[in-house]
Amino acid sequence: MDAILLQILNGLDKGSAYALIALGLTLIFGTLGVVNFAHGALFMIGAFCAVTLSRIFSMSYTVIDETQTDFLGNPLKVDVPYIYDIFGQAAGEAIIDWSVPLSILFAIPVMILIGVIMERGLIKHFYKRPHADQILVTFGLAIVLQEIIKYFYGANPIPTPAPAAFAGSFDFGALVGFDPQTIIYPYWRLVYFGFAALIIGAVFAFLQFTTFGMVVRAGMADRETVGLLGINIDKRFTIMFGIAAAVAGLAGVMYTPINSPNYHMGMDFLVLSFVVVVVGGMGSLPGAVLAGFLLGILESFASMAIVLETLPGLNQIIIYLVAIIILLTRPRGLMGRKGVMEE
Amino acid sequence: MSNSRFTRRGLLKTSAIAGAGLAAPTIFTAGSAAAHTNEPTGDTVTLGFNVPQSGPYADEGGDQLRAYKLAVEHLNGEGDGGMLNTFTSKALQGNGIMGKKVQYVTGDTQTKSDAARASAKSMIEKDGAVMVTGGSSSGVAVAVQALCQEAGIIFMSGLTHSNDTTGKDRKANGFRHFFNSYMSGAALAPVLANAYGTDRKAYHLTADYNWGYTTEEAVRTSTEAMGWETVETVLTPLTATDFSAYIAPVLQSGADVLVLNHYGGNMVNSLTNAVQFGLRDLEVNGKKFEIVVPLYSELMARGAGENVKGIFGSQNWDWKLENQLGARYTGTNAFVQSFGEKYGFPPSQAAHTGYVQALLYADAVERAGSFNPCAVGEALKDFEFDGMGNGPTLYRGADHQCFKDVVVVKGKEDPENEFDLVEIVEVTPVDQVMYAPDHPQMGGAEATLGSCNAGA
Repeated sequence: MDAILLQILNGLDKGSAYALIALGLTLIFGTLGVVNFAHGALFMIGAFCAVTLSRIFSMSYTVIDETQTDFLGNPLKVDVPYIYDIFGQAAGEAIIDWSVPLSILFAIPVMILIGVIMERGLIKHFYKRPHADQILVTFGLAIVLQEIIKYFYGANPIPTPAPAAFAGSFDFGALVGFDPQTIIYPYWRLVYFGFAALIIGAVFAFLQFTTFGMVVRAGMADRETVGLLGINIDKRFTIMFGIAAAVAGLAGVMYTPINSPNYHMGMDFLVLSFVVVVVGGMGSLPGAVLAGFLLGILESFASMAIVLETLPGLNQIIIYLVAIIILLTRPRGLMGRKGVMEE
Repeated sequence: MSNSRFTRRGLLKTSAIAGAGLAAPTIFTAGSAAAHTNEPTGDTVTLGFNVPQSGPYADEGGDQLRAYKLAVEHLNGEGDGGMLNTFTSKALQGNGIMGKKVQYVTGDTQTKSDAARASAKSMIEKDGAVMVTGGSSSGVAVAVQALCQEAGIIFMSGLTHSNDTTGKDRKANGFRHFFNSYMSGAALAPVLANAYGTDRKAYHLTADYNWGYTTEEAVRTSTEAMGWETVETVLTPLTATDFSAYIAPVLQSGADVLVLNHYGGNMVNSLTNAVQFGLRDLEVNGKKFEIVVPLYSELMARGAGENVKGIFGSQNWDWKLENQLGARYTGTNAFVQSFGEKYGFPPSQAAHTGYVQALLYADAVERAGSFNPCAVGEALKDFEFDGMGNGPTLYRGADHQCFKDVVVVKGKEDPENEFDLVEIVEVTPVDQVMYAPDHPQMGGAEATLGSCNAGA
């Protein structure tokens, strides 16, 4: 029982990341009808926003400390971050420590800007083209973005820790009455889950309770009629693209303490997120969220030693296996609507 | 009547030219009569440095490449000479190799066997490399070693730690200076038993490729011989980035030690996950829970940050060896000095093994008096040397593996600077990590080098 609970908890954080990426993907697909393979790259760029901000905070000048020596016996060069001079050492250290959460503020405008530039600059020209063309161009874009990040940040993972206050883990088992130390869960993963729930809630509320959201939903249902009513639906869809980019970017920012970001992380998530969208139902927002968590948890279960002993390699195929079964029994996915991608 | 522009005379002329053209390649080969593949005929010689410049081991590859470039400088008589000054063989004069200036070409293995083979192939066929060296990852090393064997050139492997490279997949044209999984297991087990006791239950997470398998086997065998019990071994995909799903079940297995048979990015992530899940704060079976990383590197320690403190592992070499353990490891400071002056930070073990391999190859050519891979191979076989930072070393002829002391290290609790992440716990003398060439972990009696191939 405790093992099952642990794997469910464990699947939640990965599921959160899948759900956030898939939410943005399906939002873009539902509004603009574009299959955006560059969406994983947006997740990755979000993570690198956190890296960038922490580098900006840590920018420093060198002081030569004559009292100490470096590995070659020369006087030691000590790096002093500029931020210490501006805010004092204690405040400076705190700012550097909290750079990941602070990156949220930095990432939102950056990601919206990148999203809008991407949509206006490139993807706009592919609305009327077949899905295959869209996939090729966005996939190419993803590779370009990935290589740009690699050029500037190198190929290796860059450790980006959570604030010290969230380091460590808590004993979930003891809390709910199991033996102590059987179910341990890191604080930051809990924060990530809470954050994902908040973002998902915010996106749904935005679409449900604002006029802008209502117009967008109307546009998703019948673009032509909304256009005939004199509403500039394209402009709103561009903004939605920016929002979807920001959602993916925020998912990336907050994921950095869980796994050190590298240039390839977007691709790792992209394929799985597509499966999530398909399983959830193309164009269905609740479907994407549901399938995200479902597949995250299933993947976690399939990695248990006991499962791997009976069915070796299951951890690597489980998501695709489930996708096949669901598509055979429910061709439109869990919550797919009729008429989407079925012209 | 005919529209044809061909005339009898024209046809004869064309055929003569075409005939000469067709005959040309045989004329040239017969004329040059190369004794072996890519025999250097001009006043230069080309070496191929095939390292990962992208992919999970890119950092190791980058550092290796820096070291190779330094080695080329020293071979050509530039810079301060580095380990040429401490190397016991004095065949190298700082005038290139056999008087030929050393040039190099580089390739990116991308940490993938197929990409590594393709770039090695192009170095051999297009650039005329007479020796290929490099390769972080044993999958890559084994693949490129086989290619060099077929092509008839020497392969001086770089950072490859799997037993297979000089075990079941050993080749007559391939030579390894780096240590291997067996040696890590043999060196680590006594230290672990000493630090953590002999009554321990171990849980292994293992990278799903040949290096992972041999490392798990080596560590398991040697720790079990000390009295440890292995409760579970789980393979993880090389592409995995989040190991939490593999870490969580450790809590319920009753294990009190986690062995991470991971390297590079894999290790950084799995260790980070394990620490996030609070494994290091646990008490299981009345003992403090411990994590072990059999193959360690300073570069990985940098990636893992705080998480690496107090964790045991093994290394082929460390830049602090000579300062801390004295003149036995002479050569270390000479190398650190010239590398540090040039690049501003101390070299990693990947850099060290690459540099040493380049020098050993050049020295063997000088001693053999020929670039012929079979002659060079003979010169390397059972070659005993010192002054390269590892203490007295033997290049064993039976499997082309170097035998030398193994460094057991631990993540430093309070590093003095950003390069001081690893502390040397002890050095296991070479006798304790020695094994027979037909050891079962090394492919048993079936493993043979085959015969040397000079190509051409």
